[in-house]
Amino acid sequence: MSVLEGQYGPNVIITSLDKVFNWSRSRSMWPLTFGIACCAIEMMCAAAARFDLDRFGIFMRPTPRQADCMIIAGTVTVKMAERVKRLYEQMPEPKYVISMGSCANSGGPYWEYGYHVVKGVDLVIPVDVYIPGCPPRPEALIDAFLKLREKIERETLARQA
Amino acid sequence: MKRDLNIQLGPSSEKLERALADVEDVHGERMVLQMGPQHPATHGVLRVELETDGELVVKATPHIGYLHRCFEKVAENMTWPQVVPYVDRLDYLSSMNNALGFALSCEKIFGIEVSERVQTIRVLVAELNRIASHLVAIGTYGLDIGAWTPFLLLFQQREHIIDLFDELSGSRLLYNYIWIGGLAHDLPEGWLPKVRAFISYMQPKIPELNQILSFNKIFIERTGKVAILSPELAVQYGVTGPNLRGSGVLWDLRKMQPYSGYETYDFEIPVGRGEFGAVGECLDRYIVRIREMEQSLHIIEQAVERLERLPGDDVRAAVPKTFSKVPVGETYFRTESAKGELGF
Amino acid sequence: MLAPAEITEYLRSAHSGAEFILEETVPEAVIRVPSGILCEAARTLRDDPRLRFDCLMCLSAVDRPEELQAVYHLYSMEHDHSCALRCCIPKDNPEIPTVSDIWPAAEWHEREAFDMMGIRFTGHPDPRRILCADDWEGHPLRRDYQPPSEFHGIPLTTILPPESETSS
Repeated sequence: MSVLEGQYGPNVIITSLDKVFNWSRSRSMWPLTFGIACCAIEMMCAAAARFDLDRFGIFMRPTPRQADCMIIAGTVTVKMAERVKRLYEQMPEPKYVISMGSCANSGGPYWEYGYHVVKGVDLVIPVDVYIPGCPPRPEALIDAFLKLREKIERETLARQA
Repeated sequence: MKRDLNIQLGPSSEKLERALADVEDVHGERMVLQMGPQHPATHGVLRVELETDGELVVKATPHIGYLHRCFEKVAENMTWPQVVPYVDRLDYLSSMNNALGFALSCEKIFGIEVSERVQTIRVLVAELNRIASHLVAIGTYGLDIGAWTPFLLLFQQREHIIDLFDELSGSRLLYNYIWIGGLAHDLPEGWLPKVRAFISYMQPKIPELNQILSFNKIFIERTGKVAILSPELAVQYGVTGPNLRGSGVLWDLRKMQPYSGYETYDFEIPVGRGEFGAVGECLDRYIVRIREMEQSLHIIEQAVERLERLPGDDVRAAVPKTFSKVPVGETYFRTESAKGELGF
Repeated sequence: MLAPAEITEYLRSAHSGAEFILEETVPEAVIRVPSGILCEAARTLRDDPRLRFDCLMCLSAVDRPEELQAVYHLYSMEHDHSCALRCCIPKDNPEIPTVSDIWPAAEWHEREAFDMMGIRFTGHPDPRRILCADDWEGHPLRRDYQPPSEFHGIPLTTILPPESETSS
């Protein structure tokens, strides 16, 4: 993939290749099981039988080396932030980040007086999709994956202008 | 560490003998592994520093603080009712129990008495949440050992409880329902029959779980005679809840220091008996949780019967209109939450 | 079952030189223990057959304007009685002997008291921070604590949304 990226200008071959790559990447998202706090329970519920995530091709991986998506589910504290960064760096490209819940979006209920809480995980790593809620319903997590799919489908291997 | 190699050698084994003579001088050493904050089995962020000798974990040092959310500092800056949603998030799997403990502690300070109906509803939702918490505990316990089916089954059963709470309070996980001096609002129409339906749905599920997991030979071999916690050590280290009862200590605050009307309910306290090995093993702690779920169902049944008899009343009648007059003093009130003693 | 007044009398008779004051606060009375005699009093409370406080329920720290306080809530499983002790510590030298050799449950409670309030427990086997990051500065639950604006390059100040032009 990295051999092809950025080599060609936008043309017909690339659009077909784009479609194939984006289709395969978006239909087979393997997130890292990174449950931190309460949102992790809703993530587990989303992966369980009722709101099955497996039917979307989403299969939780325990190691960042094999994951291409990271769901930050829960409050990121200062002590944890460096580990989050390290895990993000350990993931291979292309990688995406979903910030689940208001704590990961912006510090959540601890935004004002939480001295040990990072006010949003986007201060540590770049985020692709934000899910509001405290905690968000599993349907919201599924919606986030669908939005992430739309985002991936807009990507291109072509050389960016 | 020298190892004794006791091997019977064949006839033409001079070379092997010479090789083994060198091997006898092998010294093993312990390896220190970080079972880090991100791990599928830690379920939340806990770092355990493991010292292993081969496959045997010899020492485990836990490190916490990766989810330190400054609850006490936040609570200092909030009004009394505003702290209730934060209390919910302490043990997010059983937030009704946390809120119950906090509400009772505040009611002790302010000298508030709530009606019998409010107490009964509180007991009902707390026990439902205890079952939900134990379902997660057992489901993920099986998942850690490698059993996917109990995880999916139990989460499906938990969804029934979550639906009940969704209808009751509007939220699936963190409810903000038990307030200081009462409840946020009364039970919705038609909710109690649904709880009854849940009880009859759940009662046959526990023997089914036992057949799948508890009496499973692999599960018993993995968890029996492992990590035996003696009752003396458990008390010295302040272990409470199902873990303490798994070590054989008959201690449950709902019986020993009852609150919110628990003394009027008929239920038993399950204790680890070492049926599959030794008292205080992992399996004991697991079995205590299963039996507690059965007892919680029994309590819920009694609570529903009472609620059907009691006349309706205003669940916010005793909620103070203002919290400006706070008496000077300190208190420590403890309740039996799903994971053990929780005090405020 | 013993009442706090009886427990105080017991302690006074066991340690005649020290001054134990019973504070009749509501809703629970608290026994004030001088920090010099804390370890011996704790041993008496745990080992004496009539007291037998084998369970340390909670160890909290309080920041008063004039001093720091360590509050111990004890419980006896055998006799079903509880008591609360208060030990006052000067702010300029906040040191107090550890009770983790008497009640092992105190190990982590004391680490938390050190982390949050800055009370140093002499003789503690592992005097490290437990909740905040290891190189965190300051003791957050003190009244005069100012949270840092950043830590290892991560900004920690609260980011408010920009004021809208049509605000009322």
